[in-house]
Amino acid sequence: MIAEAGLIALWLAAALAFLQFALCTIGLTKGQDQFFAAVRPVAIAQGVLVTVSFLLLVWLFIRSDMSVQLVVSNSVSMKPLIYKISGTWGNHEGSMLLWVAILGVAGAAIGVFERTLKLRTLVTTLAAQAFISIGFYAYLLIASNPFERSFPVPEDGQGLNPLLQDIGLALHPPTLYIGYVGLSIAFSFAVGAMINRDVGPDFAKAMRPWVLGAWVFLTLGITAGSYWAYYELGWGGWWFWDPVENASLMPWLAATALLHSVTVLATRDGLRAWTLMLAVVAFSMSMIGTFLVRSGVLTSVHAFAVDPERGSFILALLAIYIGGAMALFALRVGTVKEGSQFEPISREGSLVANNLLLSAILGIVFIGTLYPLVVEGFTGEMISVGAPYFNLATGPVALILVAIMAAGPLLRWRRDKAKALLNRISIPVFLTAAALFALVLFTTTMSVLSLLGLSLAAGIAVASFAPLWKRNLRRTPMHTYGMILAHFGVAVALVGMASESSFTEEKLVAATPGDEVTVNDWKVKLHAIEPMAGPNWTALEARVTAQYANGTNYEITPQNRMFPAAQTQTSEAALLTRWNGQLYVVLGDSDEQGRWQLRIWWKPFVTMIWLGGVLIALGGLLAMVGRLRRAVRQRKQREYAEEWI
Amino acid sequence: MGLYRDAPIGTKSGTVEQEKMKAKHQRLTLVLLAVAALLGASLLAAYALQGQASYFYTPSDIAKKQPEAGQAIRLGGMVEEGSIQRGADGVTVKFVVHDGTSKQPVTYTGITPDLFVEGSGVVADGKLTDGGVFVADTLLAKHDENYIPRELEGIDMTGKQHKTETLVQ
Repeated sequence: MIAEAGLIALWLAAALAFLQFALCTIGLTKGQDQFFAAVRPVAIAQGVLVTVSFLLLVWLFIRSDMSVQLVVSNSVSMKPLIYKISGTWGNHEGSMLLWVAILGVAGAAIGVFERTLKLRTLVTTLAAQAFISIGFYAYLLIASNPFERSFPVPEDGQGLNPLLQDIGLALHPPTLYIGYVGLSIAFSFAVGAMINRDVGPDFAKAMRPWVLGAWVFLTLGITAGSYWAYYELGWGGWWFWDPVENASLMPWLAATALLHSVTVLATRDGLRAWTLMLAVVAFSMSMIGTFLVRSGVLTSVHAFAVDPERGSFILALLAIYIGGAMALFALRVGTVKEGSQFEPISREGSLVANNLLLSAILGIVFIGTLYPLVVEGFTGEMISVGAPYFNLATGPVALILVAIMAAGPLLRWRRDKAKALLNRISIPVFLTAAALFALVLFTTTMSVLSLLGLSLAAGIAVASFAPLWKRNLRRTPMHTYGMILAHFGVAVALVGMASESSFTEEKLVAATPGDEVTVNDWKVKLHAIEPMAGPNWTALEARVTAQYANGTNYEITPQNRMFPAAQTQTSEAALLTRWNGQLYVVLGDSDEQGRWQLRIWWKPFVTMIWLGGVLIALGGLLAMVGRLRRAVRQRKQREYAEEWI
Repeated sequence: MGLYRDAPIGTKSGTVEQEKMKAKHQRLTLVLLAVAALLGASLLAAYALQGQASYFYTPSDIAKKQPEAGQAIRLGGMVEEGSIQRGADGVTVKFVVHDGTSKQPVTYTGITPDLFVEGSGVVADGKLTDGGVFVADTLLAKHDENYIPRELEGIDMTGKQHKTETLVQ
């Protein structure tokens, strides 16, 4: 019965989305303002129902209800509870239901929290949100029903892909999805503003916290995903330029550009059309990413052609939503007046540069991700585009971008003087030059990109705090601290990336128990290989001690796990974290002479990559909270003033 | 710098007409910049793609038209039965990849993927040496019993098959 209840809740939510859309459009076109009062409650009810539907699916997974096909294919009763729960979204149908649930909750959140937007714009926004929801409800109900029954009912399920049985899966997809789908709010806002010709600072101020919120989650999701891939795959890499990773990076790039341009719109009433465009592009990238990951087109263009139902469905939705929004943009862009002007050397100028460079990176990633599909589709030839392409093409642009990031916050709005900027930024520039000089002098192995990255990081780290210079620290607004923290986070991440790619030391050996290997400042000794058993796996575990140069001993245990239910092996790398880096040990196969392969990396300062990511997200959070607090305070003051008039 | 040098911004100095002209001018500049950025990105992407995209080869492709030694390529096929030899150092492995018609010897130094066994499908990134041996930097084998690297779909996987029917009967 639970499955049926879930399905009914989903149908009802879909019906409410219809109702929401109808109420909004009738109210708007026929001037029936009384309909508007019903829109908020309907949006909230829709969000609640779709959440209920999702929770019921989670409940089915917890109970291991093998009468539901999805549970059979993706779960097994003998599995830790946390992986039963996370298994709900470790598959196609479940993850799409999560996607849609977040879409519904986003609409409800607008209904509950949005207080600053003009009424007609708000109603149009909720209409757009409902319109998007309808398409994806249809997709779920027609093409991928998560509540389908299995017949006959098997005794047990087939289990979850062991690679996904990790705490990473419990956290990474929901975080990422909240970010991904949260961008739908910006998209709907843009549609609402375009239809009602309501593009201006007030609109931007209303949109900004939503963009920040989605962006914070997206940043955290990408950071968590990167760390997960790093320790779970056992390849020692933290970013593989895999199409699935790019699918999450592209919305992030667009959202990053958006949250900078929306500030220009809010503060200076500039970049109106451009901000609308970015809001549309950001969520379009989310949908394209969903299409890439969910349609099977990445596995093979042919697989997509053989079973085209799902892929074509999402593709049709993409065409409707992206095409529709772009058409609306083309129709209305002529009537959007360009806002106030600025000189090239000004805060606005630097933000335009930020936007253009981020868009350029987005374009490069987009081309590299889709190029193999296009080539295969047209010529049948198979090519792969990997790290060499992406690093070569995005690296230089990214370096210019971060250099401008250091200078931008030090510029005045509207116009400034190059000389004044040079004065303000002289210390960071000097630091960068000094770092570059020292690195060229003392290192030999660094690539140009890492060399420049590390030197720039030194300058940026200092420059990010420069906006506080000669300011009253207590009266500096919270969002300024947010910006400082986020920009500092970029410097931190940059240090981690450059250091990891330049100074990593690697050893690959075949060791018999008792052998000792030296890697950098570490003496790594293999003691024994022992069998182990977990809840749904068996493993061979290596007992390894690692001794640091200062004499401290650590014990680590890399494993090779066998999952009988899925007949799959995974290797569990052992990670040892010190403040100055990580020791990464992977256990391989054994040979006839009883030797075991060990792969050992010493990765100095690698953790700074993810620390930087977390700092960036924290900065966004601080900015969002600061902006919201200020908005609430201003509204209270206004209401108070109105009471006394 | 200097874009608007001789026309200072501000309503005090200009008429309404001039302001409008300047607004148009600024919008045009921004559009041009955006087009330039996109063009630049595309050119950079095209340049990088030309040098860095690696093409997929089967052993028969290599037999027909040998790619240049040192060029990054992707090789895919089946690991031939009885061909896997572990080197004396314990970390180098030699094997032969075939696709039913041709064969290609491969060497790889590193930990082989979990499901790398004789008769299984494999995709390797690397380059050919002058001697015609393929030196692999990375090996991708099947992750699990359901996953097949996309390049291997066209290849007949006869021989030792992985059981895909672990499903419930």
